[in-house]
Amino acid sequence: MSSTATAISHGVPPEAGLRAFVRRLKHGDEIAHVITLMFAAGILLITSMLVYELWVNSHLSRTKFGWMFFWTRVWDPIFDNYGAAPFIYGTLITSAVALLIAVPLGLAGAIFLAELAPRNLSDSVAFLIDLLAAVPSVIYGLLGIFIVVPFVRTTLGPALKASFGYLPLFQGPNYGVGFLTAGIVLAIMVVPFIISVSREVLLTVPRDQREAALALGSTRWESTWKVVVPWARTGILGSIFLALARALGETMAVTMVIGNAPNISASLFSSGDTIASVIANQFAEASGDLYLSALIELGLVLFLMTFILNGLARILIVATERGAGHPS
Amino acid sequence: MASATHGKNAAIPGLTPKVRITDPASAASDKDAHLRFQISNLNFFYGPKQAVFDLNLKIPAGKITALIGPSGCGKSTFLRTLNRMNETIRNTRIEGEILLDGQEVLKMDVVGLRRRVGMVFQRPNPFPKSIYDNVAYGLRINGYQGRLDELVEHSLRRAALWEEAKDYLHKSAFALSGGQQQRLCIARALAVDPEVLLLDEPCSALDPVTTAKIEELMFQLKDSCTMVIVTHNMQQAARASDFAAFMLDGRLIEHTETSKLFTTPTDPRTEAYITGRFG
Amino acid sequence: MNLRLTWRKSLNGVMLTLTGVAAFAVVSILFLILGYLFWNGGRSLNWDFFTKLPKPVGESGGGMANAIVGSLKLLLLAAVMGLPVGLLAGTYLAEFGGKTFAYVIRYTTDLLNGVPSIVIGIFAYSLTVLPMRHFSTLAGGVALGIMVIPITVRSTEEFLRAVPGSLREAAMALGASKWKTIATVILPAASGGILTGMLLSLARVAGETAPLLFTAFSNRFWSPGWGQPTASLPVMIYTYAIAPYDDWHRQAWAAGLVLLALVLVANLGCRFALNRRGSARSV
Repeated sequence: MSSTATAISHGVPPEAGLRAFVRRLKHGDEIAHVITLMFAAGILLITSMLVYELWVNSHLSRTKFGWMFFWTRVWDPIFDNYGAAPFIYGTLITSAVALLIAVPLGLAGAIFLAELAPRNLSDSVAFLIDLLAAVPSVIYGLLGIFIVVPFVRTTLGPALKASFGYLPLFQGPNYGVGFLTAGIVLAIMVVPFIISVSREVLLTVPRDQREAALALGSTRWESTWKVVVPWARTGILGSIFLALARALGETMAVTMVIGNAPNISASLFSSGDTIASVIANQFAEASGDLYLSALIELGLVLFLMTFILNGLARILIVATERGAGHPS
Repeated sequence: MASATHGKNAAIPGLTPKVRITDPASAASDKDAHLRFQISNLNFFYGPKQAVFDLNLKIPAGKITALIGPSGCGKSTFLRTLNRMNETIRNTRIEGEILLDGQEVLKMDVVGLRRRVGMVFQRPNPFPKSIYDNVAYGLRINGYQGRLDELVEHSLRRAALWEEAKDYLHKSAFALSGGQQQRLCIARALAVDPEVLLLDEPCSALDPVTTAKIEELMFQLKDSCTMVIVTHNMQQAARASDFAAFMLDGRLIEHTETSKLFTTPTDPRTEAYITGRFG
Repeated sequence: MNLRLTWRKSLNGVMLTLTGVAAFAVVSILFLILGYLFWNGGRSLNWDFFTKLPKPVGESGGGMANAIVGSLKLLLLAAVMGLPVGLLAGTYLAEFGGKTFAYVIRYTTDLLNGVPSIVIGIFAYSLTVLPMRHFSTLAGGVALGIMVIPITVRSTEEFLRAVPGSLREAAMALGASKWKTIATVILPAASGGILTGMLLSLARVAGETAPLLFTAFSNRFWSPGWGQPTASLPVMIYTYAIAPYDDWHRQAWAAGLVLLALVLVANLGCRFALNRRGSARSV
């Protein structure tokens, strides 16, 4: 550094020059530390601001409707009366349908990949399934509109009505869009997460557990289902929570196939909306402060729901990684 | 604490009638009953690499046979062919004949085989279930709903674990110490009343006191249960087994009564091994 | 007894087959998606798509040139705003972080990662659209920029940590200060992985639609500068798909194909690069 050179050429005692050198050296480190720290803190700032903005901008709606917001079934922009109930219902129903389809499918696939398939095949298939997770939501929506909706309208719907039409679940007119279709599309979007995480968790089960079961005369299925899967159950549960958190926040694919109406209906063929889909549908055209505020309050609710679910999922998955094969 | 059973078909104390889960075919060849296993011309391959070469061995019933030899000599591999556990590894190949009481092991139903030939592993591997459920596992998958409590107690007694575990049956198996867990694994293996118990270095992860307990256990079990034990501990082989087989580089070098093998080995390689010149 | 054994073995066979069927079904969805997009989108792709503006509503023909440019502009904004934050924050976590503060940052980053994209859109709306009183490319860029941060932070930290300690020691032994070591030795060593992580994060936000719906909104014409609403590929797909015009459906498929192709190519490329790097990393 130049200070040393200057010090020598001007006859300044080398120790003083050295001290200055060291100071500047440390100074450089200081700056780097501070700069990177500031950017890291920036993330904290962004996140806090996000929560703050959600809170503040939903103030109008929160103060006007209070806790009744969650029970009110009316969503009426014309008379400025808003309630979240239809969308909470829609979110729960579509997520339930999605999980009912995706969990058995995902778990079965994960079992196949972790226990039965040779390692190479398992890795390649896992890679392909990870690609599925990268497909944008709007593309799933596209396929939803042009493939799943007609399918539900012409094939699945009538079949369900024929076999189970006496259940309120399958009554009412079927136009192809609705809770069932949205649930199916969500299931397709969420299955890769379940398979991916469950497979990883199953692969960590110690080999000798499986061997012990086999050595006792279990069939492969018995050793998998009664020993390996129970060992991994915490992590698998975590993967389900993760999938649920994703399903809750999924917007585009759902908006495109759910029918967009604030309905609460027992029928799976009914049109409806989820929290995410109603925001997507109505936000851009929302006129009026209360309208907008109500939508933002919905956003706040969605944020809290996913926050809690993701938190739980993390705890469960971390617990598995710490070797929680021990029964609770 | 010791089991009171002797012989293959004795009634288990406290239980009437006989509880034995017998495969009717196994009683057939009585003339070879003194030999539990007859292995002929056994060759075993991991992919292209051969691990066992032309092995011929007779394992007597009601006795403890020890397999000794340096690391990598193939003794564990060979042990695992006896209950076909090697089939869980990909790309393995086996040639030759293994007879269990006169029946061909390689041709019989593998699930049934493993019920008759049990295994205890190097590291204790209890299931993440309670002590009771661990022992009952084998019984349950074979459909024995009835006298589970008694059978569980019987197995735990045979494994010398009953006194220590009887008040904690529904606690997690992981609450036990290492030595206790291994005895639990023995109890679990014994619960389905196997004819043979294969032990793959069962004491290598345990302390000397626990090891001694397990050796005593083996001695008490051998009448009702033939045992084949792989061990790298020569002192253990010398004191705990009736017959010993020395293997080197995948080949059987010498097989005779333990006392003879350790005092007057016929093959120079055996002598070199037991005097500690290698391995 | 034999009956029970037979039952157990049949159950074994059935269940194991079912798991294979499940895995196969899930993988075939991927190929189904690709197949449909290639078939429907491929037929509708033409030169006009890339060069022309959309025609007035109801008229057929036209293209999505403005949407393509719009998406590129949005990605550029997202990169400029989000990548440096991710890079520097990741550097902090890997090189300077103390225990508690670093833990808080990591936790918050994961939290941010899990926020639904539409909520991020609301945030960007309140930050940008409300004060500006109109939709804009900038607002869209802000939303996407925020989404880029968590992925970049994580991959930066991971790849910086993976640099062998011996490299660090060599630099320090030669008298380099900490920041010099980082800037001249460690970052370059990790640069491949970090760049790949950045590319992956951009690929992910390229397909995001929801946050753009009320930030960048849409535009049937060119959008000059950064202060006007702009069309983007994902939003066009959405708009055209839900409309009643066949011609628009056609174009939606074409756009879907283009978008998916870009996203998948980026993902495949990045993953291959990472896998190769990963195996080389086992020092």
